[in-house]
Amino acid sequence: MTTKRRPQRSRLSRWGEFAIEMLIRACGISAVVFVFGIFFFVIREGWPFLVGDLNLGEFFGSTQWYPDSMSNKRYGALALIAGTVSVTGLAMLIAVPLGLGAAVYVSEFSHGRQKEALKVVIELLAAIPSVVWGFIGLVVLNPLIIDLFDVPVGLNVLNGALLLALMGVPIIVSIGEDALKAVPDSYREAAEAMGATRWQVTWRVLVPAARNGLLAAVLLGVGRAVGETMAVLMATGHAVNLPTSVFDSVRTMTATVAAELGEAARGSDHYCVLFVLGALLFAISFVVNLTADLAIRGVRRR
Amino acid sequence: MTEATDTKGIRTRDLCLWYTKFQALINVTATIRPGLVTGLIGPSGCGKTTLLRCFNRINERIPGVRTEGTIEILGHDIYAPGTDLIELRRGVGMVFQRPNPLPLSVAENVLFGIKVHRCERLGRQEEHDVIEKALREVSLWADLKDRLHASATSLSLEQQQKLCIARLLPLKPRLLLMDEPCSALDPAATQRIEELIRELRGTYTILIVTHNMAQARRISDECMFMLLGELVEHRRTEDLFLNPADERTARYIEGRYG
Repeated sequence: MTTKRRPQRSRLSRWGEFAIEMLIRACGISAVVFVFGIFFFVIREGWPFLVGDLNLGEFFGSTQWYPDSMSNKRYGALALIAGTVSVTGLAMLIAVPLGLGAAVYVSEFSHGRQKEALKVVIELLAAIPSVVWGFIGLVVLNPLIIDLFDVPVGLNVLNGALLLALMGVPIIVSIGEDALKAVPDSYREAAEAMGATRWQVTWRVLVPAARNGLLAAVLLGVGRAVGETMAVLMATGHAVNLPTSVFDSVRTMTATVAAELGEAARGSDHYCVLFVLGALLFAISFVVNLTADLAIRGVRRR
Repeated sequence: MTEATDTKGIRTRDLCLWYTKFQALINVTATIRPGLVTGLIGPSGCGKTTLLRCFNRINERIPGVRTEGTIEILGHDIYAPGTDLIELRRGVGMVFQRPNPLPLSVAENVLFGIKVHRCERLGRQEEHDVIEKALREVSLWADLKDRLHASATSLSLEQQQKLCIARLLPLKPRLLLMDEPCSALDPAATQRIEELIRELRGTYTILIVTHNMAQARRISDECMFMLLGELVEHRRTEDLFLNPADERTARYIEGRYG
């Protein structure tokens, strides 16, 4: 009897395996490379001004934003930062209760086809391009705000915040719903068997149990709102201004970069300072996302 | 038995239950006497857990469940229209197969029922007394008195299951439903839970589903043997095990099937 040799994989298939593994590894690493690459690029473009003429006190403390003045260029970004903070803050005041409420409703109170339909529509909301939102802000919300509140301009903090809220809600809903869905059903059953109403189950058991996931949902919504450009560029009135009410027009950091980068001479102080703004935005959304990520990890550990 | 004590137990009449098309309970008619431990035994899928879950209507969480017939608990038909589920579940506590303490602290678990049912507002001292009393009843107080604010999910399985019993007690239920309460526990823990059930006997009417016939013999006063959705036999535990009236019961307790 001859001993049979074990069938060996062909050289080609072994090489194919190796090549595919390398390719996948490259894909994985590339994400990291891109993030660091972008950060490096943004910082490099802003660097000459950052170490040169930038006066941090003026940058963070002054509202005088005159980057293209002939005689006296001033780079006070306070009003732009205030614009971003005010629009994002108000947007979150609207979006967080709305989004979390919707997440609770979809996850706990709706069933069957209604639930599926709601989820599809909410996902659809997330798919609307931001320029369309900006258009809605200009054409729909602008006259509406003027009529309703009897103010001269409808392109203001409120308008931008409403748009950002509507853009942030789908993110909060879908991540929040996932977080609630991940709570084991045995908790619901235990609480219901003790006579808790559905609302009590939600408020006293599910929300504490899904706390971290819900926090992550909110933070990712914030991240979306902070970085949003086109809608706020179109809807907030484009006035460098420290807002004193929600009916004041403002300009955000993102809108400023989008509007001015095309006109700034490459390498000029103006060009550099826009990249400094970009780096600041990058830092903010990095911190927000990192916090959200840590919050999600917290969920898994429990 | 007099009529007066009779109304304090549970009476089911022609109870049928369907999961969509599948009939899981067939004409179950039984009288469960108050103050006793009644064991529900039978092979897997015989409907014993389903029957247990009828008594607090927790079955209705599952879509497609349909129930017919009546169940009287403490003299009230709990399937009558207009029955207050919240009140029903206040009087009928349930312990589940896998310990399922809420993901809150030990203290919050014990106080959950009181908070949910908005009984009188308790001061700090009163809350503490409620917790101490409930935990003492399940002999957890010595172990947990310094860990009242620890997360309930960090306890051992035995402690979790005892806590699941303790959290029912502040509401002063009349009836405790236990669905294989020891199946997730090791033998030593099982023994201690059984001791606890023996201590609670008399104060509460206890219905316990068990897979373990030796356990049913050890802790129950009466036993109900179920098969394929029907109640085959319901007698004093001793009689049922020593002298079964039905051929099917005899074969089951001999271990021929199940």
